[in-house]
Amino acid sequence: MVSHVPVQFEVNGEVRELFLDARVTLLDVLREHLHLTGSKKGCDHGQCGACTVLVDGMRINSCLSLAVMHEGDKITTIEGLGAPDHLHPIQAAFVKHDAYQCGYCTPGQICSAVAMLDEIKRGAPSYVSEDLTADPTMTKLAMRERMSGNICRCGAYSNIVDAIAEIAGESE
Amino acid sequence: MKFDTPAGHNPIDRMAVVGHPHDRIEGPLKTTGAAAYAAEHHHEVENSAYGYIIGSAIAKGHIASLDLSAARSAPGVLAIVTAQEAGKLGKSKHNTVKLLGGPQIDHYHQAIAVVVAETFEQARAAANLVLVEYTCETGSYDLAEALKSAPYVDSDGKQGKGAPSVCRFGDFEAAFDAAPVKLDAIYTTPDQSHMMMEPFATIALWRGDELMVWTATQMIDWGRTDLAKTLNIPQQKVRLISPYVGGGFGGKLFLRADAVMAALGARAVKRPVKIAMPRPLIPNNSTHRPATIQRIRIGANRDGAITAMAHESGSGDQPDGEPELAVNQSKLLYAGANRLTSMRLAVLDLPEGNAMRAPGEAPGMMALEIAIDEMAEKLGMDPILFRVKNDTPVDPHEPQRRFSQRNLVRCLEEGAERFDWRKRNPQPGQTRDGRWLIGLGMAAAFRNSMLISSGARVRLKPDGLIIVETDMTDIGTGSYTIIAQTAVEMMGVPLTQVQVKLADSNFPVSSGSGGQFGAASSTSGVYAACVKLRESVAQRLGFNVYDTTFADGMVTSGNRSAALIDAARAGELSEEDAIEPGDLEETYQISTFGSHFVEVGVDAYTGVVRVRRMLAVCDAGRILNPKSARSQVIGAMTMGVGGALMEDLVVDKRRGFFVNHDLAGYEVPVHLDIPHQEVVFLDGADDKANPMKAKGIGELGICGVGAAVANAVYNATGVRVRDYPITLDKHLDGLPALI
Amino acid sequence: MREFAYERVASLQDAAAKAASTPGAKFIAGGTNLVDLMKLEIETPTHLIDLNRLGLDKIEETDDGGLRIGAMVSNTDLAADLRVRKDYGALSRALLAGASGQLRNKASTGGNLLQRTRCPYFYDTNQPCNKRVPKSGCAAIGGYSRQLAIIGSSDSCIATHPSDMAVALRVLDAVVETVNSQGRTRAIPIADFHRLPGDTPDNETALEPGELITAVTLPRPIGGVHHYEKVRDRASYAFAVVSVAAVIQRDGTGRVALGGVAHKPWRIESAEALLPNGASAVVAQLLAGAKPARDNAFKLLLVERTLAAVIAQARAHEV
Ligand SMILES: Cc1cc2nc3c(=O)[nH]c(=O)nc-3n(C[C@H](O)[C@H](O)[C@H](O)COP(=O)(O)OP(=O)(O)OC[C@H]3O[C@@H](n4cnc5c(N)ncnc54)[C@H](O)[C@@H]3O)c2cc1C
Ligand code: SF4
Ligand code: FES
Ligand code: FES
Repeated sequence: MVSHVPVQFEVNGEVRELFLDARVTLLDVLREHLHLTGSKKGCDHGQCGACTVLVDGMRINSCLSLAVMHEGDKITTIEGLGAPDHLHPIQAAFVKHDAYQCGYCTPGQICSAVAMLDEIKRGAPSYVSEDLTADPTMTKLAMRERMSGNICRCGAYSNIVDAIAEIAGESE
Repeated sequence: MKFDTPAGHNPIDRMAVVGHPHDRIEGPLKTTGAAAYAAEHHHEVENSAYGYIIGSAIAKGHIASLDLSAARSAPGVLAIVTAQEAGKLGKSKHNTVKLLGGPQIDHYHQAIAVVVAETFEQARAAANLVLVEYTCETGSYDLAEALKSAPYVDSDGKQGKGAPSVCRFGDFEAAFDAAPVKLDAIYTTPDQSHMMMEPFATIALWRGDELMVWTATQMIDWGRTDLAKTLNIPQQKVRLISPYVGGGFGGKLFLRADAVMAALGARAVKRPVKIAMPRPLIPNNSTHRPATIQRIRIGANRDGAITAMAHESGSGDQPDGEPELAVNQSKLLYAGANRLTSMRLAVLDLPEGNAMRAPGEAPGMMALEIAIDEMAEKLGMDPILFRVKNDTPVDPHEPQRRFSQRNLVRCLEEGAERFDWRKRNPQPGQTRDGRWLIGLGMAAAFRNSMLISSGARVRLKPDGLIIVETDMTDIGTGSYTIIAQTAVEMMGVPLTQVQVKLADSNFPVSSGSGGQFGAASSTSGVYAACVKLRESVAQRLGFNVYDTTFADGMVTSGNRSAALIDAARAGELSEEDAIEPGDLEETYQISTFGSHFVEVGVDAYTGVVRVRRMLAVCDAGRILNPKSARSQVIGAMTMGVGGALMEDLVVDKRRGFFVNHDLAGYEVPVHLDIPHQEVVFLDGADDKANPMKAKGIGELGICGVGAAVANAVYNATGVRVRDYPITLDKHLDGLPALI
Repeated sequence: MREFAYERVASLQDAAAKAASTPGAKFIAGGTNLVDLMKLEIETPTHLIDLNRLGLDKIEETDDGGLRIGAMVSNTDLAADLRVRKDYGALSRALLAGASGQLRNKASTGGNLLQRTRCPYFYDTNQPCNKRVPKSGCAAIGGYSRQLAIIGSSDSCIATHPSDMAVALRVLDAVVETVNSQGRTRAIPIADFHRLPGDTPDNETALEPGELITAVTLPRPIGGVHHYEKVRDRASYAFAVVSVAAVIQRDGTGRVALGGVAHKPWRIESAEALLPNGASAVVAQLLAGAKPARDNAFKLLLVERTLAAVIAQARAHEV
């Protein structure tokens, strides 16, 4: 059985060529092979959002995606958004608003927030959009719905939304 | 430093840094993914093999046969360790049930083996090739049934030892009989799972006979001691490190199977082994908050004065387990001359019950504070006035014992004001907003505050850097930051000149994180060490320590002054001390208080409940860092909403396990469940609590929230639900008829 | 997860042919359900055929004024498509009510239809489950069944189909287009696509082994007010306790399908004639013969009240 597969993709701007057991998920390749442990494993079953990364700018749960299916993709992880000495604006807003506690869901929240704001800008509707055909708005309610795939058991939600809203310039 | 008299004026009172809303010092690491959690220490440990834990497929019985042959010959497999390979293991007193089962099985998903392989994928696949045959035995899984014959126990779970099993004051029965207004109701709370986001995870590495473990834990010293005890090795041979912990909520207080199995696996393969427990294994493999069935009886005069109060609770646990202390707050929160509390403990074969955020009070307050609401309604009184009426400045069971500080009434009144409580219609089911029935509810918050002995070492380096070392953990609680703030305040240096090193068993033993004692205890320990360091600085500089002040990097005594750094020119100064509680907790009742206010909407059609507004007012002594303290409270409020509306580990009473054992089945609140949350801290410093004059806050925040939600739901619907969680099915058929 | 060979193929025909000729082969789309189940060894394919990059990700207008949705169109893109938002609002809303933003980015139209039940006993391989292991028994019957079916179930299985999207497709009379290994295409009405459990709950759809979903088509828009009401305990990122998809016309007539009550999206066309008479009349017929368990009997009332909410909203919309 040919269970190992060559694959090449870009992670945070760096090209990575790997020869992988096809069973390896994108999350495990990041954490265990590339030692980019900023992406977290909270459940490994798509139930928490801690593993959220951006693939070609779009947020996904990396735990449910096989690494070998990402040939040619551009992957951005939390490490690619900013570093401790030069934070991404959303990272800085999280620090300012204490939008975390244990920090384990945090990279996922931040990656998710980056893509979520982009989704609103692109006009994607959400479950709480009253009028499906209208352009979506940057309300806190809409952000709460759109961020609901990122669980924070520490319960930092109220602060997370404040942090994102500050960056987004919410229109409530 | 023994803390046996109330703290006088001390350097913390300056509050130049303590008490300010500093950003977390580790924030940039956490927000960029640079903080390394237990399974992420790639820099320190290379070449880890991967362990995968196998949990028992049955709840009770024993392993009849175990066939490892297919798994052993699977690709990449290095070793499989079962109870047989592990040999005789010890068991610490903190673990009710052994962490490695077999041949006897004590509960579902109890670990029975670990498969170690080169890669995670190989270990997981091989684990599925292990063939186990079981012989099942019938077990006891139905709490209500088992309680029928369960004995009364004291708080240690023993019968008739320690505190009396049925605690009486006055003559409850007579007073209740005579009371003109009474309530007698049963409340139930379900089993709950901590579901912290970081799973149990460990990397274990043996160097000769020395074991190093990076593990997710709240309590370094317990972890080290209990791991040594379990492996039958000397405690000095174990080093435990846990700089970042992805939440615990009580779940990570104790040694768990990941650490034991990683250590055993690493010993077997002579290589470091990494294990993260699969999420679906966690709820049944580890501990949970036990379900309770509580009966509350309250009798009062028509003017609202409580004359009789009884709170009885039943819970279950494995043999030799302990009860959920759900009645404790009822001894202290309200006045009343005739009282009774008791607990029963049933033996169940479900997984081990143990501490989860505010054990005892969290489920106890969920029941008590509905009962108080019900009683207020019977009396035709506003629930706030009823609580105010029954406020007590003393421990009702020992009237000579005063509370060190008790501002419950202020919390209630300030909350009412800010929440616009007067807008609430006391008549339930009357307020509408479109399809939503609107309700307001409130509850008191209460939780005791403890000082636990806690040590620290503080070093002044020749370059002026202050290093604080303690085995205290930061599980999201903000320890790094408040410890730094404490050192800054004591030593008079800028925050950038303080480095805080935590959670290494090589450091002095601290309180650890639990029971909302961590912040106040660990900073008090740092305070004690700083007091010593100040002494040796003064000594080095030839100053009189008693009139020496430390500020702006300078040490000043009378008209003499020197740079702090001068004291370390001749070499590093290092001092260690610990805070030791005295008997102030006996003389005074030291507790924290608060009020919770909640507005809900209940969909008049579907019965779905959504929280719209939340406010907490907290009285918890000095707040060391209002920013991180606020986070503790909103986090607790969020978990409280979960407990009120959705969290429920469902027991399959035939098969003896928690059925919904993952994060999809066990629902915890998501963003959309939680509105903006308001938190107010009453300012205050409690000099009887500890030298920091601070008390716990992280658990106060959850005590009472559930009932506030429940009371709001009742106010919205007019249907009283006494069985948590309040899911729509429990009031659907009582909702107003549809037109 | 068992080892498997992973393969990208060049065309649809190759994919279908490969699947038919390789025992143990499965297609993988977004992977959000399949990878989950493979980790638990509930699914154990030996061969995975990747359906990404085969050009199945387009939404096109059909000759009769409807839409043809490629099987690989993501739930996000489908929900955001302006034509869907305007003319098939029930579908857009159903999609947006499902899973999370992250999952919808990966979840495909075909995969969503074929996602398997969330019955907790199905997910726990220690428990007997006829759907997972035929003839092994059903642990859910007599167990925890709050999320499970109240109608159309059997003595073998009481699971529900968890898809929100499928409920909207049912109310919109969608058609599932497929191709098999010989290149033969079929158009399967959504009503016939999912099966009831009967004695073979493992056999869930009308698809033959190796048959590939290429697209889902929607007939021309039918107007009306589109609804998707999803009832759940937590506000988002949760499966439905029950859900109601409906299209209600100005005159009060319309269509209704239910989620969370059966092994497939539940619709009885004849009951819809009673819509102008109100929810309870419709539900009496729609759920006639329901056999709920103690844990989920409340769903009968819940469906009625949820439908009442839909009807009330539709009326309000008219005013
Ligand atoms: C935590 C969580 C919450 C969720 N909540 C919801 C929810 O609330 N509502 C909801 O509706 N869904 C929900 N989902 C399910 C989600 O919608 C599905 O997982 C997703 O739609 C599956 O699509 P996929 O493309 O990822 O399928 P895959 O996982 O790739 O495939 C699923 C199955 O379909 C087969 N398949 C895929 N495409 C084709 C094709 N074109 N032809 C033939 N066979 C094919 C595969 O072989 C496989 O058997 C949730 C999932 C998770 C993990
Ligand atoms: S209801 Fe169906 S899916 Fe659930 S255990 Fe029974 S057979 Fe399996
Ligand atoms: S780890 Fe991927 S969603 Fe939880
Ligand atoms: S910060 Fe701990 S889970 Fe979100």
